[in-house]
Amino acid sequence: MTIQRPAGPPRVNTGTTNFHGRAVTVACGTCHATTQPNTRTHASAALIQFHQGLNYAHGELTCLSCHNPANYDTLRLADGRGVEFTDVMTLCGQCHGSQLRDYQHGAHGGMTGYWDLSRGPRTRNNCINCHDPHSPKYPLARPVFPPRDRISVPVKAPAANH
Amino acid sequence: MSQPATTPSEGITRRDLFKGIGATLGLAAYAKALAPLTEWKPFESVEDFLQKHYSELSAVDLEVVLKRIEKDTKKQYGADVQVSADRPQPGVKFGYALNLSICIGCRKCAEACHKENNHDRPSHQSYIRVLEMSKGSLDLEKGNAHYDHPVPAKDKFYMPVQCQQCDHPPCVDVCPVEATWKEPDGIVVVDYNWCIGCRYCEAACPYHARRFNWTKPQIPAAEINPVQGYLSNRIRPQGVMEKCTFCLHRTRNGKLPACLEACPTGARVFGNLLDPDSEIRWVLQNKRVFVLKEELGTKPQFFYFFDA
Repeated sequence: MTIQRPAGPPRVNTGTTNFHGRAVTVACGTCHATTQPNTRTHASAALIQFHQGLNYAHGELTCLSCHNPANYDTLRLADGRGVEFTDVMTLCGQCHGSQLRDYQHGAHGGMTGYWDLSRGPRTRNNCINCHDPHSPKYPLARPVFPPRDRISVPVKAPAANH
Repeated sequence: MSQPATTPSEGITRRDLFKGIGATLGLAAYAKALAPLTEWKPFESVEDFLQKHYSELSAVDLEVVLKRIEKDTKKQYGADVQVSADRPQPGVKFGYALNLSICIGCRKCAEACHKENNHDRPSHQSYIRVLEMSKGSLDLEKGNAHYDHPVPAKDKFYMPVQCQQCDHPPCVDVCPVEATWKEPDGIVVVDYNWCIGCRYCEAACPYHARRFNWTKPQIPAAEINPVQGYLSNRIRPQGVMEKCTFCLHRTRNGKLPACLEACPTGARVFGNLLDPDSEIRWVLQNKRVFVLKEELGTKPQFFYFFDA
């Protein structure tokens, strides 16, 4: 069984391209090594540089509830210990215990592959495959086409002037 | 009567006239009713017509039948397919659970079913009907399967309904020719070559889970899923019943059903009810689980639950 993991610490796009025409990205720590962390920031609108347009809707948390001011290329647990971006589920599970419990028993989160692990592998999503960590509520979706069988045809509303 | 409509001297009474009209109309209706028979050729071959019931086929017979179906599919649809007849595994009974707190009603499961099970394309057919339900009721007869707006809508919840693989399946009881039965792993199947299309099972199913092939399924060759099962997703002939089989061509080979893999929210849990360590058993033991129309005594093996 494989649990998908994030690739690692995110890279920030600088908006410039290099000699080969590829986008130049930098690690979070590139800027954050020299900036003073603000423990009270809890919305991207409060930030002057970068992070603009980041939709934030995740309870009453601040940036540093999850991001690690000692090393911005890692995350931090509630007890102050650092945790790698790849181990994000450990971080989420601190608050979302019931979801983590369900996940550990195969009752939360999408998967593909085999129900019978003796006959083949299974791949499971991690938290951030489905939930944007900054705005974790699952977004509205456009449904796939409705069926055209007769039982599903809705009863027509009576005309207004009857 | 003071003024009779006709006089006896004319040789024809009103009664005779109506008799004549009735007989003419009757004949016309009879001819009209029989007209489809003149175009009717449901069997591809004599072998098809003479084929025995699935349970009576020997291993050799079955091999011949599968090869013939592959050949017919190539001829009729232009697709190379492999039709297998996977048997139930000993020690396995399939169960399915669906978390109604998580389902958002996106119909991805129905779409996956549509593709996996080689459903007729024009009718958007699928074995899953996702019902949009108003909070406050679990009456699936009041659900709307036809919604078309961003989901989840305010104050609605979504309940996908497919075959519940009942332990007491009323659809099996009513079949006059035993073309449908429950397999040892819990899956209710149809021998499409034995089914006479009477639709009794469709009427008997309290979950509206059975479908009738009103027309010959239309599927472009490139879209046909070539991995097919005799009792599951092979292309059904016109005039027979079909139903969800928990994708037995997949699940009997250890794979998850197509609708589960397609679910973007992870609302579905599938597994072996006889394995105490399976995910499905954990759900049954730890969640507040219910079945649809429990009062009918059908004993569904498809379970629903809400979180918290």
